[in-house]
Amino acid sequence: MAIIEKRNSVDFAFSLITALASGVVVLLILGILIVLVRESWLAISHFGVVKFIKSTDWDPVKENFGAATTIFGTFVSTVLALFIAIPVAIGIAIFVTEISPNFMKEPIGIAIELLAAIPSIIYGMWGLFTLAPIMSKYIEPALKASIGAVPVVGILFQGTPMGIDMLTASVILSIMIIPFTASISRDSFNLTPAVVKESAYAIGATKWEVVKNVVLPYSKLGIYGGITLSLGRALGETMAVAFVLGNNHQITTSLFNAAATITVTLANEFTEADKDLYLSSLFYLALILFIMSFIALALAKFFLLKAERKTSR
Amino acid sequence: MNIDQKRRIESIVALTLSTLAALSGMFWLVFILGDVLVRGIGALTPSLFLNDPTPAGVSGGGLRNAFVGQLMITGVATLIGVPIGILGGTFLAEYARGTKVAQAISVLSDIMVSVPSIVVGTFIYAIMVKPVGHFNGWAGAVALAVIMIPVVLRTTEDMLSLVPWTLREAAFALGAPYYKVIIQVVYRGAATGILTGILLSIARVAGETAPLLFTSFNNSFMSTDMRGSMASLTASIFQYAMGPYDEWHIQAWGASFVITVFILLITIAGRLIIKWRYK
Repeated sequence: MAIIEKRNSVDFAFSLITALASGVVVLLILGILIVLVRESWLAISHFGVVKFIKSTDWDPVKENFGAATTIFGTFVSTVLALFIAIPVAIGIAIFVTEISPNFMKEPIGIAIELLAAIPSIIYGMWGLFTLAPIMSKYIEPALKASIGAVPVVGILFQGTPMGIDMLTASVILSIMIIPFTASISRDSFNLTPAVVKESAYAIGATKWEVVKNVVLPYSKLGIYGGITLSLGRALGETMAVAFVLGNNHQITTSLFNAAATITVTLANEFTEADKDLYLSSLFYLALILFIMSFIALALAKFFLLKAERKTSR
Repeated sequence: MNIDQKRRIESIVALTLSTLAALSGMFWLVFILGDVLVRGIGALTPSLFLNDPTPAGVSGGGLRNAFVGQLMITGVATLIGVPIGILGGTFLAEYARGTKVAQAISVLSDIMVSVPSIVVGTFIYAIMVKPVGHFNGWAGAVALAVIMIPVVLRTTEDMLSLVPWTLREAAFALGAPYYKVIIQVVYRGAATGILTGILLSIARVAGETAPLLFTSFNNSFMSTDMRGSMASLTASIFQYAMGPYDEWHIQAWGASFVITVFILLITIAGRLIIKWRYK
């Protein structure tokens, strides 16, 4: 009897330790939220919420801060990156699942995985020393000469192409998020039952029609999940864009201008903030970023769980 | 042109575009990797590994301090993050298996995996740097551990769930308490998987820069004191690449080469282990 009781108490202790360890994750998320709110409280009480988000000021000397420029930069670079990445990523997924011969599936899968494993600072380095010169010498002048002359859309491509700008940052960002979208899309394409595809082929559908009308609708939720996950990742990406964005606190219409995102502002200014209100405003930016990416990631998880439930039914 | 031809052409166009997309993915990988390897390999001189940084303009400097700092910070992060991650994953897959709590924590961990690492940096700055008044290596290690924990936790949970339930029942039938079953049966069955998870999580944090910028910061002198600011490869790359000197740029490429090769080798090894073990 005594032995069994001792066993039980050891077992209880072990279960308690494991429970505490898993509780660490919850504590971390709550901790981050609480600490960021506490640290940014000075700025929150000083500038308010709506005013801070709407204000385009960012003046460390006069201690006048607003988040509009960095939120704008974060939003534009993310949307542009998704705009470039999504078609490519879905194309890759279609190729891997429907077109490629079997012996090529593995190498391409590995290539995509490696692309995702390269650290973001390497993307940043490469962007600064390799991509930026290419962009400023060839691609941006070409864009300026062609689309830049078109009314309305042309506004996006004005000014001197320097290579250190929103467009280059978005291109790097898009290369970074392609693997996430591609691998999740591929996995959900693979879940389409063969029978459904075969019946479409049997009534004479071409391969593209099968993809368009059967596979894509079937794996819709998984694709949404992959896209929102990439969105969450892109919002918070720091080092890949820190090199090539220029940290310019202005809202500009041209993609050839330097800009600032929340992450780049934090990376460049956090250790230089000498005044309490300045530091607090930076914490405030971090809080906004945390909330934005948390919502995006939670949404991604929601889509993916829903997709999982649909296929397991 | 009749409708059949049109459909066939449409199909060919769409499939060609998909193939081009796949090729472009390969293209970027080869482009980026090739660039890092070609530019980096020339920078791999003995002085890069053996010398400490010299004042700007003086040649012959290296990044010995950064290599040492990186190893220490990543090592401590692993020592903190791995036990917590494995134990936490054990709770989700064993004691709390199938419960709402386990599901909720699992989802939160998945979100935590992708939370911007720079936010983690600001968080650790507030709780570990601000109170003591100066940057320190411990803060850098904890910041990396925070990123590591959810990764290890989720892979452990997945790997333990793959161990057949009947194996546990066999051990229960011999009268073993649950903790013994977990340690002696379940962990053994899932050992390779858990090890792979640990490897991949190390690869994940080894390239992290943003959380180190505000925690361990940087140090141009050799230091093994975790209580003070510490150099790391990634933070040095950032500083050197943004700096104005060509010699700094070359060293930054060398450091990038080392870190990229290290991470890619671990990633490939992890993938091979999984393939070999769970065929």
